[in-house]
Parts: sequence; C-alpha cells; structure tokens
Amino acid sequence: MTQLVWNGLFVGSFYALVALGYSMVYGIIKLLNFAHGDLYMLGAFVGFAILGAVGGVSPSMALPLLLVVLLATMVVTGLAGVALERIAYRPLRRAPRLSLLITAVGASFALEYGMRAVAGADPQVYPVRLGGTAMEVLGARLTLQQLVLMGVAVVLMIALNLLVTRTREGRAMRAIALDPRTSALMGINVNSVISRTFFVGSALAGAAGVMAGAYYGKIDFMMGFLIGLKAFTAAVIGGIGNIPGTMLGGLLLGLLESFGTYWLGGEWRDVFAFGVLILFLTVRPTGLLGERVTERV
Amino acid sequence: MSLLSVEDLRLSFGGLAAIDGLSFSVDEAEIVSVIGPNGAGKTSAFNCVTGFYRPTSGRITLRDKNLLGLRPSAVAGLGVARTFQNLRLFGELSVLDNVRAGSHLWLRQSVLDALLHTPRYRRSERECTEQAHHWLDFVGLRGDRYGAARNLPYGEQRRTEIARALARRPDLLLLDEPAAGLNHGEKEEMLDLIRRIQGLGVAIVLIEHDMGLVMEVSERVVVLNFGKEIADGRPEDVRENPAVIEAYLGSDAHA
Amino acid sequence: MSTTKVRRLGTDKPPTRASRLMRNKWAGTAGLLIALLAPFVDATPYALSIMTSAAIAVMLAAGLNIVVGYCGLLDLGYVAFFAVGAYTSGVLATRFDLPLLATVPIVIVVTVIAGIIIGAPTLRLRSDYLAIVTLGFGEIIRITANNLDVTGGPSGIYGIPHLVENKVLFYYVTVVVVSLAVLGAARLGRSRLGRAWRFVREDEDAAEAMGVHTYRVKLAAYIAGAVWGGLAGVLFASQLSAISPGSFTFLQSALVLMAVVLGGMGSMPGVVIGAVVISLLPEVLRGLADYRFLLFGILLIIVMLLRPQGLWPARSKEVS
Repeated sequence: MTQLVWNGLFVGSFYALVALGYSMVYGIIKLLNFAHGDLYMLGAFVGFAILGAVGGVSPSMALPLLLVVLLATMVVTGLAGVALERIAYRPLRRAPRLSLLITAVGASFALEYGMRAVAGADPQVYPVRLGGTAMEVLGARLTLQQLVLMGVAVVLMIALNLLVTRTREGRAMRAIALDPRTSALMGINVNSVISRTFFVGSALAGAAGVMAGAYYGKIDFMMGFLIGLKAFTAAVIGGIGNIPGTMLGGLLLGLLESFGTYWLGGEWRDVFAFGVLILFLTVRPTGLLGERVTERV
Repeated sequence: MSLLSVEDLRLSFGGLAAIDGLSFSVDEAEIVSVIGPNGAGKTSAFNCVTGFYRPTSGRITLRDKNLLGLRPSAVAGLGVARTFQNLRLFGELSVLDNVRAGSHLWLRQSVLDALLHTPRYRRSERECTEQAHHWLDFVGLRGDRYGAARNLPYGEQRRTEIARALARRPDLLLLDEPAAGLNHGEKEEMLDLIRRIQGLGVAIVLIEHDMGLVMEVSERVVVLNFGKEIADGRPEDVRENPAVIEAYLGSDAHA
Repeated sequence: MSTTKVRRLGTDKPPTRASRLMRNKWAGTAGLLIALLAPFVDATPYALSIMTSAAIAVMLAAGLNIVVGYCGLLDLGYVAFFAVGAYTSGVLATRFDLPLLATVPIVIVVTVIAGIIIGAPTLRLRSDYLAIVTLGFGEIIRITANNLDVTGGPSGIYGIPHLVENKVLFYYVTVVVVSLAVLGAARLGRSRLGRAWRFVREDEDAAEAMGVHTYRVKLAAYIAGAVWGGLAGVLFASQLSAISPGSFTFLQSALVLMAVVLGGMGSMPGVVIGAVVISLLPEVLRGLADYRFLLFGILLIIVMLLRPQGLWPARSKEVS
C-alpha cells in the first residue's frame, strides 16, 4: 500500500514536471504544444550525449555529475523550445487553431524522426544508471536516488512557482495569459515573454528527460509520445494553465496509475490513464483547481 | 400578449453583476432600442435572450414559451434571429452560403436525399439558393455573391449578416449595433432597411449607439446603465429623462 | 415567405465558372480511369497490393476529411475506427464463419456506436482538447485489441476470408467501393448537413444562432467519419486476411491526417490526391525510408506555414 503510494508519487513527479511546460504554454498562448513530450525525449538524448562525451565516471561521482548534466540539458532543450516556437508557432499565432495544432503535430513528428535519423531506432542505454540500494520507509522500498530525483523535481517546481507568482517576469506571463493585446499596449514585450515561457517549460521537460533516462536506464526516440499524453492528462486533471493545479494533477495521475495498475494489471495502465482523462474532461473539464471561464460572444 | 417578455433578468460573472434586474417586453412587429453606455449590459442581455449566456435568474419568454435554459439553436428554432456586434460571418464561405445558413431549419432533405441526389434534394437546394438571393436582394447587396464573404467591404458584410438572419425568417430580430462603422449614406440605408424589415412583420430589438438612428426608428427605448434599467418609454420621453441624461453625460453633483 | 422571382442586383451574371466545375468532374472521372486502367500497366501481386492499399488510404482520407476538412475537428485517433471496422469484421468472420460481406452491416452498426461513444463526451470540449482526447482513444482501442483474447492479443487475427479471391478482382471491388465512398462524402459535403459542418468550422456561435444544433452536427460528422473508416477497415482486413494491433498505431492516424492536410482540407479532389501521394511516396523514395517520417513532419509544418489550403484547395468561390 505505502509502496503503491510511493511509486505513484515518484512517477507522478515526472508527470508533473513535464505537465508544467504543457500547462504554462497553454496558459499563455492557448496552444497545446503537441511536441512538448518530444522535448522531454530530446532532453534524455542530450543528457545521453553529454554523458557520453564526458566518458566514464566513478559511481560515487555519478550523482553530482548528473546534476551538472541536468542543468546543461535544460539550457539546450530550453533553447530548442524557443526555436520551435519561433519557427513553427509564432508565424501562425493569428491563424485558425486547427493550423497551429497541425503544425504542432508536424513538429512532434519532426523531432521524433529527426532523433531517429540521428540516434537510430534502437533504444540507447544510459551511461549513468541510478540504481542504488533500497531502504525501507514505512513499509515501502525506496532508494536514495529516487529521493534525490524527487527532490530535484520538487525544487524545480518550487522555483517555477516563485518565478510565476513573485517576479516581474511572472507577472508579465500572467498578464499575457489574460489579454495579450492589452499587455502589449502596456509595454510588455509579448514575443519575448512567450519565448521565455517556452524556454522555461521546455527546460523542465528536458530535466525530466534526463532524470527518466538516468532512472530507467533506457531511452528511445518515441519515449516522449506517451509521456506527452500523460502530461496532458495530468494538466487537465489539475486544471490546465494553473500551475499548482498541474503539479497536483501530475502527482494524482501517478497515484491513480499506480493503484490502477495494481487492480487491473500493467497492460491496462495506459487505458486506465486515458479513461481518467476522458472522465475528467466530461465531468469537470476545467480540472480540480482550474477556474470556470465563461467565453464571451 | 407581447412577443418577447423579459422579466427581472439577472446575470453575474463571478460575483460581478452584468445585468441587475432588467425587464422589458417587445410587441409583434415593434422596434425597441436598448441603449446605454459601454458596459451597461446590452450585449449581455442579447446573449441571455438568445441562449448564449445562462442568466442567474429571471424569466424570458417568447409568446409565452420559455426561452431560459434552451441552447441557442433551439431559441433560433422558435423564431429568434440575431446579428453580432463584431460581425460573425462565415468568412471563408461564399456570401450565398452564408445566407443559406439562415435556411438551415427550413430545408427538408435527409442524408439519403443528399447521397442519392433525389429530386427532393435538388428542389430543396434550389429553393435554398433562391431564398438566399431573395434576401440578398432585400438587403440590397451589391457585391459579389459567389465569392468568399470576407472579401466584401465592411458595410456589405453587415448587410450579409442581416440577410442571413432574415433567411431564418424570424419573428424577432436582434440587431447588435448594425450601424457601427457605417458612413452617413450607409446609415440612411440601414434606417430604411430596418423599417422594411419591420414591414415584413418582424419585431426588432436594436442595440445602437447612434442616437439619431435610435430616435428616428424606435417605437420604444429601454435605457440600461450598470446592468440596471433606468428608463423605458417613447424616444421623446426617454430623451428628456433626467436619469438618462445623467447616465450619458454625468451629473454636476458627481462631477 | 413565398419565393419571389430572383432579381439580382449588382452582379447580374453568376461567374462563368462552369469550366471549374467541369474540371472537378473531369478530374474525378480521370482519377477513376487511371485507377481502373492501372492493372493493365502492372498487375504483379506486389503492384496490386500497393494499389489496393492506396485505394484504401483514399477512403480513409475521404472519411477523415469529413471530420477535419469539413467540420474542422482535429481527430488524431482516426485509425481507431479503421481498427474497429477491421477487427469487427475479422472477429465475426473467423469466429462465426460469416462471409466478410455479411459482416458489413454489423461493422456499420458497431462503428456508429464507436463514433457515438468516442464523440459524445468529447465533442462538447474545446477543439484542441478534442485532438488529444481522440489521440488517447486511438491508443485505448489499440491497447485493448492488444490485451484482449477475442482480438487475438498482440499477434492479432489471421485467416480472415477474402471478399473475393482473385487479387485483380478485389482491386476493382476496392476501387468501386472507394469511389462510391468518395462520391458519397463529397455529396454529403454539398448538402444541408455538409454546409452545417462548414458553418461549425467557420464560427460555431454564429452557426448556433442560425439554428444549427452544433453538437449534433459535429456528432454527425464524427459518425460519418467513423463509418467511412470502419468500412475501409473491412477492405483492409480482406486485403491482408490478417490484422494485428501494430497496423493501427498513431503513425497511421498521422499519415491519414498528413494526406488530408497536404491535399487540402475540405477539398475532396485534393484529399484523394494527397492520399495517393502519401501512400505511393515510400515506393518512390525507397532510399529515404529512414527519413520519410522526418520529411512528413517538416512537410506538415511547411504546408501550414506557406500553403495552409493544401495542394488542391477547396474553393470558396461558388459555381452557380
């Protein structure tokens, strides 16, 4: 039981991290960045490449090295996100929503199969593997590495929340979310704030990618597809566009999956998760913490 | 019995009262204007009547049939048509297709008719096109009917939107600022058009900022301010009403 | 209101666009002729299987065009209906020894139900939510087929009887069915319902205000798309006589979408061309097999940026 809770929270923190980027971008420009999951994949591969370039490391140094790689990767995926927005999304910001979504699907495809062309179709084995010794806490088996990864996730989420709620930058983001045109009139450089939002969101996804690579040990070019869907689910559960809600949604989805797998068997895990998504969208499309919005005619 | 009756309508967005106890009625083939400063709740009232907003409380009936809680298409089905403040044409579709939208509920053709191109399909399509031409003639559209609606000049788009609403063959037509953005000559034509629509036996509720047009065409004027109704009467009476003057000009006491 | 005699102001004459109408008719006939004559050029089993697959792709694209092109609803899990059709006819034919043709009515019923189950909860949502939810549904269907015993699990169903044994004959049957499907979809597009779909695509609120029950109309588009996809699935099952979950991945949905977008959303001739191009491209670009999907992804972006109306756009200009 505690084990299920622990597993759920652990996986959930990954979901939350990826979901945050989804949610932030959606909150600000109302775009479902379909390629977001693929930035997670990109993060895993960038981390893989950096670690490969560094060469062998002693196990004791693995964790600090990983943290450095994590930061470097975040910068790379962040910039990739910025480039993606600049090239594929910005020219279409005033186009029908359908065009934008289709472009996003195209971007996702391009990232996935671009990576396949570069790194091959076979899964890659991460050079640094965080196995670690397990310990018993309240009847659940968990490892120090799991704790560290979760700690990193939590720190990143707290930092993000501070950024959005306490800083000038965050205020600009929230202003654009409410009304981009008025924000522009008030002297906010809308384009650069959107760019920075993409940077932050994509960096978080990249961080999650490295962490997933280090934890699960194997990465492949399609690894972002499923997590993209899951992250969207998490964002919807919590209330898309709402940052604390999205974090909550990620953890909740992790827990739901953990218990769902236990009851129904692993092969039904994804069906269960998407079932939850559809249920939520039907019953409470604004999510747990999202506010109800009346659209103006 | 009046055609449309709105009683004690209230609407709030998250605690903010947009409409605060509005009551008015419209008789058959009557022209009633709803005026008031920006943000007074005029368009919100339209949205309540046509089913786009769900009011917090109140009663809205059309010939004693309840409109409250119906979806907009059902309200349209009962004989209410509307135009939008910011033109809402189907931009990529042809002007004719736009007006054909008004005939949607009148067409009698099934999916099978359409798949097999039965005589019934051909007849209903022909009628629909004739109707569309008829209403475009009625509103006096000069521009290209076969091209995309978004290519029409602004004034012509306004006419097209009205033609589309008329093709619905409504008993009640809600016009949301039909003269906004029109030049003087076009306004004169709009005035004439509104009278001719009334001549068809259609009642009209008009939201309009152009006081000249309002005073000229309306039989009754309802004045809203901050969601509250401050006057309801004949144009000449409303014009003299101190509360209305205050709402529009501000009073010395507050200045 | 009686229909008065039409007196046109302004443009007295409808534009002489008869030639464009003819172009469409001719294009359709020409396309059909090419399809019918193709086996005379090359009737090797390999060529026939490619051509049959292309025809089935055309049918899928025509169905998705109803949903995406006409109605403006992005469905990223369209392959789900293809799978439902293929599996329904496959399971019925192998378990109950039914001839494949006899499964068709049941397939229609099942796909309509599937369309309602998937569409009813999701079509109330914002359009972008719909995209992801349909993607989720696509995955649900595939995973379910993978997990259930009745669908044969990961290895799927084999030994499905052919609709007709002869490969050439089957190709012709496919071409006829697909042509009817394309014609049917195009005719629906020009009807009261088809106009309502476009009203919804252009402006849902304005459509509602004109009395279009937008939810029902969207559901109708979804169901029509489902039936088209399901029937394509029957053809697919008959062609391969074996189906497995691997044939119904997101990649398939994306390819059909690609065909629709490339050809021109809402334009039947465009979509047919798009589907043929997408299904024949791998044959032409053999050497680029690894880069094919990368190319598709980039192409999707480029098309949206530079020519969102597609190769053969639907026109708003009307012929009288």
